[in-house]
Amino acid sequence: MAVVTLNAVGKTYPNGFEAVKPSSFTIADGEFVVLVGPSGCGKSTLLRMVAGLEEITAGALQIGEREVNDVDPADRDIAMVFQNYALYPHMTVRKNIGYGLKNRGTSTDAIEAKVQEAAKMLNLTELLDRKPSQLSGGQRQRVAMGRAVVRDPSLFLFDEPLSNLDAKLRNQMRIEIKALQRRLGVTSIYVTHDQVEAMTMADRIIVLNGGEIEQIGTPAEIYHSPASTFVASFMGAPPMNLIEAWIEDGAVRVNDGTLLASSGNRTVGPVHLGIRPEDVQLAENGQIPFDISIVEELGARRLLHGELGGQPFTVHVGKDVPATAGQTTVHLKPESLCFFDPKTGKAT
Amino acid sequence: MKRAGFTTVWLPVALLLPQLSIIAIFFYWPAGWAVQSSFYLQDPFGFGSTFVGLDNYTDLGRNTEYLRIAWFTVIYTCLVTFFSLAIALLLAVKADKVIRGARTYRTLLMWVYAVAPPVAGFMGIMFFDQRTGPITDLFQTVGSDFKLGVNYTDTATAMVIAAVWKQIPVNFIFFLSGLQSIPKSVNEAAIIDNRSATGRFWQVTFPLLAPTTFFLLIINITYALFDTFGIIDTLLKGEPGNNPMTLVYKVFLDGFRGNDLGGSSAQSVILMVLVLILTVFQFRLIERRIHYT
Repeated sequence: MAVVTLNAVGKTYPNGFEAVKPSSFTIADGEFVVLVGPSGCGKSTLLRMVAGLEEITAGALQIGEREVNDVDPADRDIAMVFQNYALYPHMTVRKNIGYGLKNRGTSTDAIEAKVQEAAKMLNLTELLDRKPSQLSGGQRQRVAMGRAVVRDPSLFLFDEPLSNLDAKLRNQMRIEIKALQRRLGVTSIYVTHDQVEAMTMADRIIVLNGGEIEQIGTPAEIYHSPASTFVASFMGAPPMNLIEAWIEDGAVRVNDGTLLASSGNRTVGPVHLGIRPEDVQLAENGQIPFDISIVEELGARRLLHGELGGQPFTVHVGKDVPATAGQTTVHLKPESLCFFDPKTGKAT
Repeated sequence: MKRAGFTTVWLPVALLLPQLSIIAIFFYWPAGWAVQSSFYLQDPFGFGSTFVGLDNYTDLGRNTEYLRIAWFTVIYTCLVTFFSLAIALLLAVKADKVIRGARTYRTLLMWVYAVAPPVAGFMGIMFFDQRTGPITDLFQTVGSDFKLGVNYTDTATAMVIAAVWKQIPVNFIFFLSGLQSIPKSVNEAAIIDNRSATGRFWQVTFPLLAPTTFFLLIINITYALFDTFGIIDTLLKGEPGNNPMTLVYKVFLDGFRGNDLGGSSAQSVILMVLVLILTVFQFRLIERRIHYT
């Protein structure tokens, strides 16, 4: 268990490509932090730098009280779960789990006791003498977890550990991993490109884009007050609606003149107005016309896709709200509106 | 699931026939002849033969020269196999880590593969030449007088070096592709689990290379036993004298130089049985310990 501090940690490859721009943040003891972003955003590189599999070219990394930039991965007191599990194919489950302990000079009896304990925790007791090739995807995932848990490290690193599993198993493992982490209280960094995983598992989310941190915050903060249009459209399915609009005379209007909201005391000029699909209500006699073209039936809810002021717009309603294609009017919850600068994409 | 099958008998037979006839004509027929003629004593000028039973075999058992050559063959095979595997593995492990110019580096290492065994032997002669050979010069600088074709040990050393040098590229290619088929993340997991690079190699990398190593072991033993004929022939320049040679070369000498076809057939049969035993042994004892992914 440890606090992890990144002080302007960055990665520049020898060919000059800057994969991770100098990034700083601190992860509290026992916190579960999720790094999320599209592929190529540098999230895996950042994780691998923490693991020591990738050299840190700028800044300082601290795990606990210790700066570990030049510490061997095996000495960083970390455990990592890989995307394709990375089990040793020639070793039994028992040996896979115990391998890290064996190399740290733990006695045979102690290893056996710890392996049994980890196996019990992960329902692997029956499988200890099998080889990885005789296990299902979910079981391999559990062995990979067991290999991490048994070492009792001060930091867990997860590199998209669920992306090779099918949807159902993924939901189940998501809960199991989170519950396990809660129980053990080990500081964790979890990399994923799946925003649902990020939202459901994280204590705090770090959204990365193009090697840069876009936003750090709790899932609620990230969801309700995105710091940029990138975060607004990356997090949430369907993403936040973004409408090109204009502020003048204390009002936000789209090009055809429709009044969307009051602008308060924001500066005159162009703006991107953001609103989550579920923060829009269908209104009998509303002020804002909305042209529904497609109704997506999702069982528990409906997604209404259409146009607002000539721009694509999505509204999310419960299953009890009747909706058909055609003209209607909507009401935007004023407290749920987000304003972004069209040039920088940052929230204003 | 629907099982595909042939509706007639003759079609699969016809499809197998070319392969089967090649095996029959080029392998079983000559082997059969060898077995048969090993029981006869042939007239050197081809005027007939006499049935002598097992005499050819019992003669070999009493022939100290034959036993000496058999013993040399065993040592020679072990040395060639061990060194060509070990050096190739070392080169492959190192080449696997090269990032810049990796392709060029690998191609250069594979080049020797294209060299034919007699050419390898000829190059050995040039390297070990009494007057101009650079390796002979090298030995001289450390005070050793290297005499190819005169001194038994020196000739044996040259044979082993030329044979190993010729075989390294083949092993290198297989080892390298074996190394590259090990998932990167498995190596990375090992880096986190084990501080020692040597430990990681012997506990993770090497076991995962075992299928490749086993395959190469068989290939290399066969190579050392049979395919080094060209190297030996060239290095000895057809003048065996008191020099070391392998069993296969002895078969050739007795049969075609000594015109003792019966004796040399008996030697071939012994070699065949030897290879058979070796193969059974390899599959029974070693393959069981190998993990195939």
